[in-house]
Amino acid sequence: MRRYILGFVCLLCFSIFSIAQEHGHEQPTAEPHGDSGCGEPEHGEFNPGETAFHHISDQNIYSIGPFHLPLPCFLYAPDKGWSVFSSGRFHADAHGNGHMAVDGYVLVEGMVRRIMDAGFPAAEVEVGHHPYLQKAKGADGKEKEIPFVCYNSQLYQTEAKSTADGGLFGGGITSFYDFSITKNVVSMMLILALFAWMFISIANAYKKRDGMAPKGVQSFIEPIFLFIQDEVAKPFLGHMWEKYLPFLMSLFFFILGLNLFGQIPFLGGSNVTGNLAITMVLAIITFLVVNFNGNKHYWEHILWMPGVPAWVKTILTPVEILGVFIKPLTLMLRLFANITAGHMVVVIFVGLIFLFGKSGENAGASYGTAVGSTLLTLFMMSIELLVAFIQAFVFTILTASYIGAATEEAHH
Amino acid sequence: MIFLAEFSVIRPDFGLLFWTTVIFLLFWFIIGKFAFRPIAEALKKRESDIQNALDEAKRVRQEMANLKAENEELLAQAREERAKILKEAKDAGNNLVEEAKNKAKVEAQKIVANAKEQIEHQKMAAIVDLKNQVGAISLEIAEKVIRKELKGDAAQESYVNGLVKDIKLN
Repeated sequence: MRRYILGFVCLLCFSIFSIAQEHGHEQPTAEPHGDSGCGEPEHGEFNPGETAFHHISDQNIYSIGPFHLPLPCFLYAPDKGWSVFSSGRFHADAHGNGHMAVDGYVLVEGMVRRIMDAGFPAAEVEVGHHPYLQKAKGADGKEKEIPFVCYNSQLYQTEAKSTADGGLFGGGITSFYDFSITKNVVSMMLILALFAWMFISIANAYKKRDGMAPKGVQSFIEPIFLFIQDEVAKPFLGHMWEKYLPFLMSLFFFILGLNLFGQIPFLGGSNVTGNLAITMVLAIITFLVVNFNGNKHYWEHILWMPGVPAWVKTILTPVEILGVFIKPLTLMLRLFANITAGHMVVVIFVGLIFLFGKSGENAGASYGTAVGSTLLTLFMMSIELLVAFIQAFVFTILTASYIGAATEEAHH
Repeated sequence: MIFLAEFSVIRPDFGLLFWTTVIFLLFWFIIGKFAFRPIAEALKKRESDIQNALDEAKRVRQEMANLKAENEELLAQAREERAKILKEAKDAGNNLVEEAKNKAKVEAQKIVANAKEQIEHQKMAAIVDLKNQVGAISLEIAEKVIRKELKGDAAQESYVNGLVKDIKLN
């Protein structure tokens, strides 16, 4: 056992050094890039917070260490139609900035952006190193620093894909939609494939080994399965537990699988459940399941609480109606915030190495901090392991309690 | 270097919303239908199997206990029977011995009685014989005496005869 722990610590140290190497060339170099007539692209100071934002974001390439796996891009612009190609055609550099523009799209820090100028050549053209940051209006109409790319000594403004936050978090509807198979989508597909294979083989094992003790992965999953079944589904749903069991199990294992998948070292650390879009979908599906299965008793208690004076009802009803929406909203935010925070803390701990070591200038401080960061990261990752289970469990148990409340029979 | 200090994960983009919906629904339908439901059913079946097995074991144990009690009772009965038979046999033996003893005693008594009777007979015969002989001897003596002294005296002779008669030999 001690051997395994030691091995794991070494693996983690190596992992962090390899990330350090990946970022080693982020330090400002004397090598000039500005050969396209627009001057020098940006080189800022190392900022752990911004690095963390970059690492937790969804990307159009899958980066594992120094390797970038190209992913398919499905981009839709209402004025132009569909553009479908591989993100390998952007020829991304180590930071995920593509050297090529394809169909008027460029890759900036791993994310596809569209060049807003309609006059930009539609074919594949070289845009060299970028971005150049300039103040401009963003999708939400606010002035901020926007990445530009340089082509033929001219700067072109880019814009991000459309997002569904309605300008609330700095996004909004832009000129294109990104339906690409991104890093998060790939992670979800992997989890779907892995879990489908695993659970179906477990189900077959139950059939094949009928009347025998569970074995292998079957006996590993069984206590978790039984825990969700006996501690979540049965207490909250009563005699209806079997109807909702597949939904609850899917929620639990989908979230757990993605939480854990994001924590595997060397696998890109995809932050799937720490992306609001994913938790939003899960929360909306939960909302639909709860409210479509709500019985008369449930709606009566929301819209016109029985046994309460009329004037209280006028206060209670709006609160109850708000509650219907707040419940899934909290589910969405809780999971998102917990997982995002965990991922950010790990990146920031690693970022400390560059901060204290001045991006490699001070090697002694780098190595010293690396040891400290490794231990802190190890501690953080063990907590994250716990969080992965707890958040999956919390999401599931709350969903079960909402369904239970909506389907409960009247008992006055 | 990273410039876009954008917290992009908080902006739900349409592609991710779409793909997540598709993948989660697939997850729910495929794994829910082909794995979670069969597993839950298998677990339920196993639970009832285990319960049945436990109940069966309890029942069998009860049966065993009953059988054991029955056996013990039978054993006790057999033991009692044996004791009774032994006692009877002993009694029978004792009786037999007693009977034989009594018979022997009676036989012995009979033999002794016979012997006594025979002795009595012999004795009587001897006495009679003796009497006769004594009488004859006495007569001879008397004859000699009287011949010698009182030849032909009738009174004397009857007197002697009376004397002879009075002689009792026992």
